[in-house]
Amino acid sequence: MRKDWDVIVIGAGPAGLAAAAAACDAGAGVCLVERESRPGGILKQCIHDGFGLVRYGEKLTGPEYAWRDIEAVRRRNIPIWTETFLLELQRAGDGFVLTMQNREQAVFQLTARALVAATGCRERTARQIFIHGQRPAGIYTAGTVQHMINIQGYLPGRRCVILGSGDIGLIMARRLVLEGARVEGVYEIKPEPSGLTRNLVQCLQDYNIPLHLSTTVTRVLGRERVEGVVVCPADENLRPLPDRGRIVPCDTLVLSVGLIPENDILEPLGVELNPRTGGPVVDQRLAANVPGLFSCGNALHVNDLVDYVSESGEIAGRAAAAYALGRTQPPNHAELVPEGDILYAVPGRLDLAAGGKAVVYLRANRTIGNARLTISAGDKTVLRKRYPVLRPPEMERIVLDLADLPAGAGAVKLSLRGEENG
Amino acid sequence: MAKELICIQCPQGCRLQVSGRGEGLKVRGNKCARGIAYAGKELTNPSRTLTTTVRTCFPDFPVLPVRTRGEVPLARIFACMEEINAVRVERRLRPGDVVLDRLAGTGVPLIATADMGEGKAVYH
Ligand SMILES: Cc1cc2nc3c(=O)[nH]c(=O)nc-3n(C[C@H](O)[C@H](O)[C@H](O)COP(=O)(O)OP(=O)(O)OC[C@H]3O[C@@H](n4cnc5c(N)ncnc54)[C@H](O)[C@@H]3O)c2cc1C
Ligand code: SF4
Repeated sequence: MRKDWDVIVIGAGPAGLAAAAAACDAGAGVCLVERESRPGGILKQCIHDGFGLVRYGEKLTGPEYAWRDIEAVRRRNIPIWTETFLLELQRAGDGFVLTMQNREQAVFQLTARALVAATGCRERTARQIFIHGQRPAGIYTAGTVQHMINIQGYLPGRRCVILGSGDIGLIMARRLVLEGARVEGVYEIKPEPSGLTRNLVQCLQDYNIPLHLSTTVTRVLGRERVEGVVVCPADENLRPLPDRGRIVPCDTLVLSVGLIPENDILEPLGVELNPRTGGPVVDQRLAANVPGLFSCGNALHVNDLVDYVSESGEIAGRAAAAYALGRTQPPNHAELVPEGDILYAVPGRLDLAAGGKAVVYLRANRTIGNARLTISAGDKTVLRKRYPVLRPPEMERIVLDLADLPAGAGAVKLSLRGEENG
Repeated sequence: MAKELICIQCPQGCRLQVSGRGEGLKVRGNKCARGIAYAGKELTNPSRTLTTTVRTCFPDFPVLPVRTRGEVPLARIFACMEEINAVRVERRLRPGDVVLDRLAGTGVPLIATADMGEGKAVYH
């Protein structure tokens, strides 16, 4: 088995699979490392459809989407080390040493010139949100419930309350009802749902599952097993009003309160993270501040469309191959500075030496109407776009041609301004 | 009278203003043609692709994800689920393989969406 690689990709979800295929096509020797027994990442448990409209013009389920990428990797004979844990990651010379463990080889090492981190995201857990009461059995994150039902094949409970209106929670509300459980309601502390509108329709409305906005769970009842929760309206500052609480009997509380990129393994490398996204600060090639390190997919920032996850995998894979094969120039970075109603934008900087086109993803920080987006460098405006409405759950994608920037551009400003309640 | 619908054919989730029926159907707010077809269908016979799982006899793959190849009427979803819950898969299937020919009188087949592979996947 080859031990020295041009590119090693960590994580065989859609981002990692796309990165590996792209690196291979660019002429690099590449392999994938995956801790689970099968490739496909989180898509293995996302059995609902709606994936792939942008990339394939078809509505695929998660497993079908993943299967196309797995087949593409297999056709290229790219090795995947499954059930392999990455124990340690170190810099060595101008490359990386990965210390890994699996059943066949115990502890072993691989080296790579470039690394693509495609480790996905994880869910916020009960500890990261504030609920009073004991911690009886029956409190799960939406992703855990998804794994129990769709991979392991059992129902976690019969009477469920869902806290948070994120997409995975909405999708699991429908899934629980289809499998014969009762869903008492979805409770969201904010006045707006955080999931996509289509999921409000096809997951809640279709199955008469009530959505309670400006309402939250403040207490869990029960000693060994959840017996109920206290739900409470919240004021406009998202503070619960305890004297208006009421008890909802249930045996299961499902938390759907958000995702955060997973980058713990990169810490020893001294990677610079963006506090807004939780992912590395990258340029348009998705290169992090550590030379030779690239990031993509949900490890970079939480995406709502897997199609964009794959796109970022391709960009990172191609760039990692170019780096490993010595085809890149030393970078010349200009900051990409978000302003106004932008929650975050990726990438955080532009490498003017590399040039080409930059795919920029951004989210609004609130729902705005008649929004105007401008990209400018110095006093030159290089891109203008208008949106009738922008909502934080829906990510926007724009393409910026670096050739349009004036020579010697310092900082590039990305500005979004809109009107309240579009 | 105009009715408001949300198109669920893609994540854009266009807000449609719909009036009239059949030949006289008028749709506004759709960003693409599929929104018109959706509105027509939603007013007469709302239907959905059903995605769920079926039991298998393989301990390393206890449930297999499946979907309907085409849409089934929303009103028939629970009848479909009942039939699907009675199935047990005894062969290793791949995406596209038919699990049930005609689901609960809808004429729509139920197909596998995941690759069950031969035992544990070994790729290296
Ligand atoms: C519970 C959940 C449900 C979701 N549902 C949807 C949905 O319905 N629709 C949608 O569009 N998006 C959904 N998403 C977002 C979804 O994650 C992305 O669309 C997409 O699958 C992300 O791809 P990825 O390759 O970046 O990450 P993932 O698919 O998460 O893949 C990351 C892979 O890296 C592996 N890995 C992580 N760390 C290591 C390590 N140290 N060593 C080795 N391997 C490692 C993991 O095992 C995993 O296989 C969901 C996310 C979560 C967490
Ligand atoms: S009308 Fe077209 S663009 Fe709009 S939600 Fe429907 S399918 Fe998507």
